[in-house]
Amino acid sequence: MTEFAPEQRAARFRRRVVVAGLFMFVCLGLLAARFHYLQVVRHEYYLTRAEDNRIALMPVVPNRGSIVDRNGLPLARNYSAYTLEITPSAVADLEATIDALGEILTIDERDRQRFRKLLAESRNFEGVPIRSRLSDEEVARFVAQRYRFPGVDVQARLFREYPEGASASHVIGYIGRINARDLEAIEERGEEANYRGSTHIGKAGLERSYEAELHGRTGYDEVEVNAGGGAVRALSRTPAVQGNDLELTLDIELQNVAEQAFGERRGALVAIEPATGGVLALVSTPTFDPNLFVDGISVPDWKALNESPDHPLLNRAIYSTYPPGSTYKPFMALAGLESGKRTIAQRMPDPGYFMFGGHRFMDDKVGGHGMVDLHKSIVVSCNTYYYQLANDLGIDGIAAFMAPFGFGARTGIDIPGEAEGVLPSPEWKQRRFRKPEQQRWYGGETISVGIGQGYNAFTPLQLANALATLVNDGKMFRPHVVRYVVDAATGARRMIEPEPMRELDLDPRHLAAVRAAMVDVNRTGTGARPFRGAPYTSGGKTGTAQVFSLRGQRYVAGRLAERLRDHSWFIAYAPAEKPSIALAVLVENGGFGSASAAPIARQVIDHHLLHARRDEPAAEDLEAVGEGE
Amino acid sequence: MIEPRFRPLRLALAMLRPLDPALLLILGGLLGYAFVLIASASPERMDSQIMHVTIALGAMWVVASIPIQRLLSLALPLYVLGVLLLVAVELFGEVSKGAQRWLDIGVTRIQPSELMKIAMPLMLAWYFQQREGRIGVADFLVAAVLLALPVGLIVVQPDLGTSLLVAASGFYVIFFAGLPWKLIVPVAVVGIVGIGTIIAFGDTLCQPGVDWQVLREYQKNRVCTLLDPTKDPLGKGFHIIQSTIAIGSGGVFGKGWQSGTQTHLAFLPERHTDFVFAVLAEEFGLVGTLVLLAIYLLLLARGLLIAINAATLGARLLAGAMTMVFFTYAFVNMGMVSGILPVVGVPLPFISYGGTALVTLCLGVGILMSIQRGRTAGSA
Repeated sequence: MTEFAPEQRAARFRRRVVVAGLFMFVCLGLLAARFHYLQVVRHEYYLTRAEDNRIALMPVVPNRGSIVDRNGLPLARNYSAYTLEITPSAVADLEATIDALGEILTIDERDRQRFRKLLAESRNFEGVPIRSRLSDEEVARFVAQRYRFPGVDVQARLFREYPEGASASHVIGYIGRINARDLEAIEERGEEANYRGSTHIGKAGLERSYEAELHGRTGYDEVEVNAGGGAVRALSRTPAVQGNDLELTLDIELQNVAEQAFGERRGALVAIEPATGGVLALVSTPTFDPNLFVDGISVPDWKALNESPDHPLLNRAIYSTYPPGSTYKPFMALAGLESGKRTIAQRMPDPGYFMFGGHRFMDDKVGGHGMVDLHKSIVVSCNTYYYQLANDLGIDGIAAFMAPFGFGARTGIDIPGEAEGVLPSPEWKQRRFRKPEQQRWYGGETISVGIGQGYNAFTPLQLANALATLVNDGKMFRPHVVRYVVDAATGARRMIEPEPMRELDLDPRHLAAVRAAMVDVNRTGTGARPFRGAPYTSGGKTGTAQVFSLRGQRYVAGRLAERLRDHSWFIAYAPAEKPSIALAVLVENGGFGSASAAPIARQVIDHHLLHARRDEPAAEDLEAVGEGE
Repeated sequence: MIEPRFRPLRLALAMLRPLDPALLLILGGLLGYAFVLIASASPERMDSQIMHVTIALGAMWVVASIPIQRLLSLALPLYVLGVLLLVAVELFGEVSKGAQRWLDIGVTRIQPSELMKIAMPLMLAWYFQQREGRIGVADFLVAAVLLALPVGLIVVQPDLGTSLLVAASGFYVIFFAGLPWKLIVPVAVVGIVGIGTIIAFGDTLCQPGVDWQVLREYQKNRVCTLLDPTKDPLGKGFHIIQSTIAIGSGGVFGKGWQSGTQTHLAFLPERHTDFVFAVLAEEFGLVGTLVLLAIYLLLLARGLLIAINAATLGARLLAGAMTMVFFTYAFVNMGMVSGILPVVGVPLPFISYGGTALVTLCLGVGILMSIQRGRTAGSA
């Protein structure tokens, strides 16, 4: 390469400077073009991105509505308490963290088990409670050492509380933490937005069936967040709408009287106000404490409830089905009258048995009741009369008459989990069985059905509602537990109107005859002893549902294992003239209806008619006002 | 006599004499901009920013006061010192953020690669000045070796950003010294083809297992992130995505001082250092960015003018190279923040917070001022 003279070198340098200058100018121009593209052409897009970055919607969880009984006594309510929550995604070693927490707070094995169970059900990024109901001192102790526990936090949360504990738990139900199945259901209903932030959902009973009313509407805080996701300031707030309160037809004091009357015995009771279909009491014993479920039930508690032979979680009042036994007889008697197969005065001899197809169907009383008319057949509970009547009506006649009373069909009560039961008929048998010989209906089966045994299988609720219909002159309501839905903010009360299901066309004289016989059951018949001295008139009917076929042998309760003894039924209503309560009581393995079920019915009716709160102010309240003046 | 009363003023004027008023004005604009932005993005650093500016201006004044030929005569010792320190870093240096860049000299930690940003162009300018009038191919080879040695030492630290700047500063000297176009063009072609290849086959090349040989894993990731920032929006792509959102959302007039949501809600990473440009763009909009580009253009124009008017070959080369280095800082930083260049650790010149870079840049301005002052000396 050759070097040039100084002037040439200077000129070349100037050319290079110009090239460099142009290069730099072009490059900066390129940048300017890029800025124009970003800041002008794509400005809207990036502005949106920046806003998306900046603004987050934080759900504001609504307060769940409370549940009160017909007198305003609380059955489900909320209280605020501190919980210690671990966010699993933010904690490296869960076990070590829990161990370390255990050094400053008491965390027992139950807490750990419950935590593991909740952990398995939870979404990973939300807090899972390890301890609930922390005392103020415990909160202070944790907060002092919080720096040691990233991903662990104290949260003030609203808790569900069932102040009546185990009482009416089958009606009220309970809430529990939202699990994967609940989430699916929420998504199916398109309610994800409304449940964002919610941790609990109704799992059973009214808590479940009225979930939509109780939950309320989730509100939103529009907050500005920083890159770490932390809220910096609130921009706007859409307040949550508190869930609606429920006011029940149920009388919790009556419910308690009924539950206590059962004592240790298993069984069910349903008491209905005939004029409205409102459920006054709905008992299934044994019961359980719904408070156990709220924070997630511990494994031992769950085992105890689930594996108990008494099945406390089973709602016998609406899910268990039993043959109605002799409580079916008033309905059968009415069927006889309405069909014209019997008249009120018609008498027939009872030799103590009924022969059908070479088989001898026995009466309870050896040698029979002598001449029996309709009235006596109910009062003394004569089987022979109904064997014959069943034979005369035929299975189709019986089924056709009974179906409108709601036997063998869900009543549509507003708590979930109702069983259908079985109103036997040839068609039912056809559907129920596979083999042709089993599908055939035998005449002898009709005879058993006539006295409420055989394939008959009804829930206590069905029987109670059928009785309520009978004593309400055939006007049938859908049984319901909730009377008012109350808007917590405005106090506006929306009545759940009694829903008439159907009106049966029954001859008043026939109804009067059957009811007169039922009144005499409690005065002189099988229900006389439990109802001796009652200051009101009532009607009733005992019943015994066979658990175990004795194949013609005599039934001696003492010889049978307790679980194989017959179930004891009693249905009753009062006052006889204008009933305000109709109920069905079943005591599992209770033997004869008059012995165990009828005394429970007596206590419940006594309380309802003699001691129950009325809508007017209670005497104590009036006294208190008087003292104040 | 009234003179003594004016003595302080005269002293001040005397002190200002080495400083080029045009460059001082431009520098004042840039540093003023920096104060405004740091007051918004990171006000707690205001005090140390004032300290950095004071030190940097002091250093500039010292250098501006030294005649350019004296400065050039320091080139060889400075260069040798720089290379020795880089070797020392390689042997005894401290590791910080995965790279070995710092040397602990007892009192403080120093970053020898920073010294090289000045020593490199100084050295090459001095070398070509020695060879003035008989520069041949051999000289360009010597220059290449002088360039490659420290750059190689910085690359292995590894520090891609600094090695790029050092290499660029040396290359600019060589370019202005008259490197033949027939050597420049092939290099440019290879570079363009290489970058084109990376963009075209980015998907394959960015697979986790592929080893790029010359670049470390994190440097490869930076290039790959640039090719598709959305692939890893919470990881390596986060910086670029958030800075382009900040720039774009600023619009024409910006969101207003201290009102940038990206900046103040901490979405923007390194908002007071390498990504400070995004703060500017978000809060002052296109107007603010164009004003900054205009100031830089003035700086570059002034620098090139000084280069053209410089008295000696060494001064010319040095002035041209220094100007190009300022441009490189600005272009690489703004290109990176706006998403057209990969993320390399290059600050926005005179604006980004950080004492070392500011001192280095102001030394460069001081050199320009020294050259400008010595311009008549050569022609006289």
